[in-house]
Amino acid sequence: MMNLDRFLGLLLLPLAIGYGWIAFHFPVAFAGPESVGPATFPKILSAVISACSIYLIMKPDQLQEEFDWKALPELFLVLVVLLLYVFLMEPMGFIPATTLMVAVLCWRMGVRPWPALVTGLASSAAVFALFHFGLELPLPTGSWEV
Amino acid sequence: METLGYLMDGFGTALTLNNLLYALFGCFIGTLIGALPGLGPANGVAIMIPLTFTLGLTPETALILLTSVYAGAMYGGRISSILLNIPGDEPAMMTCLDGYPMAQQGKAAEALALSALASFIGSLIATLGLICLAPVLARFALSFGPAEYFGLFILAFATLGGVTGKNPMKSALAAGIGLAIATVGIDLSTGTQRYTFDILELFEGVDFIVAIVGLFAVSELLLFIEAHQGSAPHREIAMNPLKLSLASVRLILPSSVRGGILGFIAGVLPGAGASLGSFVSYALEKRILGSKGSFGKGDPRGVAAPEAGNNGAASGALVPMLTLGIPGSATTAVLLAMLVSFNITPGPLMFTQNADIVWGVIAALLLGNVLLLILNVPMVGIFVRLLSIPPRYLLPVVTMVAFVGVYAISRSVFDLCFMIGFGVMGYVFRKAEIPLVPVILGMLLGPEMEKNLRHVMQINDGDWLMLWHSGLSIGLWAIALAGLILPLIIGPALRARMRRTAD
Repeated sequence: MMNLDRFLGLLLLPLAIGYGWIAFHFPVAFAGPESVGPATFPKILSAVISACSIYLIMKPDQLQEEFDWKALPELFLVLVVLLLYVFLMEPMGFIPATTLMVAVLCWRMGVRPWPALVTGLASSAAVFALFHFGLELPLPTGSWEV
Repeated sequence: METLGYLMDGFGTALTLNNLLYALFGCFIGTLIGALPGLGPANGVAIMIPLTFTLGLTPETALILLTSVYAGAMYGGRISSILLNIPGDEPAMMTCLDGYPMAQQGKAAEALALSALASFIGSLIATLGLICLAPVLARFALSFGPAEYFGLFILAFATLGGVTGKNPMKSALAAGIGLAIATVGIDLSTGTQRYTFDILELFEGVDFIVAIVGLFAVSELLLFIEAHQGSAPHREIAMNPLKLSLASVRLILPSSVRGGILGFIAGVLPGAGASLGSFVSYALEKRILGSKGSFGKGDPRGVAAPEAGNNGAASGALVPMLTLGIPGSATTAVLLAMLVSFNITPGPLMFTQNADIVWGVIAALLLGNVLLLILNVPMVGIFVRLLSIPPRYLLPVVTMVAFVGVYAISRSVFDLCFMIGFGVMGYVFRKAEIPLVPVILGMLLGPEMEKNLRHVMQINDGDWLMLWHSGLSIGLWAIALAGLILPLIIGPALRARMRRTAD
């Protein structure tokens, strides 16, 4: 598998070049071109990031622990859970969405399903109560009425 | 004398009932954050920031709360070092050396009490140092022009990795990326839209609170998921009733004082930091008392010295943060983020314009230490019991609190998505051993740095050489250069020595 440093360098180099390219095409300021305008700083940064990326590609470090590509599906699962949580929190209501999110995360970290569910329910209910009644900051309730 | 008057005013701010309660709460939470494995001080303080906003606190109270959390986290780090041989954070590594053997010999309670006392002494010395040094430094920094400030920011980035840092190219990359993220949004002096891609949410730039919480909290979760480290440290935690003799207190006193002074110096100097502070303190004690002590086998002085050094460095690190606006560690960077989001520009002017806040914080630091000592000696049992909460329950709940905090500020799904994105970035960077602090510092200092660069150019008609027109700015650039080159020469040797001492 490819070295993570080299991979990052290959990923960042086009981004840095694109970042610099956009800076060269900023619209000219209303007051006319300045010697050091809004584009100067990004141009310098683009050069710095590009140089570092090239360094990473040419001389990648031997990392102490190699990246474990087998963990990738697990990480994707967690990211999907987090994204679903973000988008489902408002329609579903805070407590059900949070219970599910915390429960799934606990479960993936090695807690058995039932204790995981209880942890999710207890923690979301506690945080909801604290925000809703303690701080009077309403969290989304979904179709549930409080 | 003037300083004393300000300090009294500071105590006036800190001693109101409201602020005192928040300080107590902060100390408790901070100790907890420091003690729990898998929840570092920077991470903990980062999660607290959105919560202080949702609580609607005034800047003084919010800062007092977070300073207490910061001080508490430094105290808490020692608990897991001594009882479990797991350092809560890097500076606590040296505390394991004699702390864990003491616990194994059935002197855990004694080790905890003595280290709390040493932490208190170290912190107290460093806070007194801060009170003396900070106003002087702030007055000196008032003479800085834009070119000097630009040099200072360069210095901050160059020395951030510290003399123990690994790859300067990676630090530079991280700083560049942070600064690049800071350029997103509407340019303040010309109104040009930069990298907004006509997305309304990006017009005001990327919110660094969202970025910090993502970089620390979400990436921590991902690291744990990958490593399947959800299980608890299955080790018996044996506590014994506390037997503290006056003789043992007297024994650790000189070590603590020396440790505190050394730690303070390490904290103030750019690029040294708390890890070096605790290491140097321990090494010095070993050299002075080596033949008479039983270092490495449970010598109480071997617990006291690094703890005093580590806490001294933590308070010392506030000096450059408060006076110059350049933080030297991850946690002080997070504290800086807090200041910036309250629209307080850190730096020398803060001592004149926001004197009440600065001195309130310093008074809170003194007060916090007393509270922490009171909290940590009799109540250490509570923290010990909480240590047995396994991360597999804790981290999902902490992640949830982080999401709720960010959501409660802006009620924006967009921000939460950004936070997840920053979490992925933080995870990948940590895997590649690219430091995260320069990214955050870049986002925080970027606007100021660019503003100063443009000021220099506007004053001098675009003459780049004017960046090095004064002796002071040349000096700053020279230190910055040394900060980049020195780690390459002495870094590997120093790291090897730290590791050899630790083994």
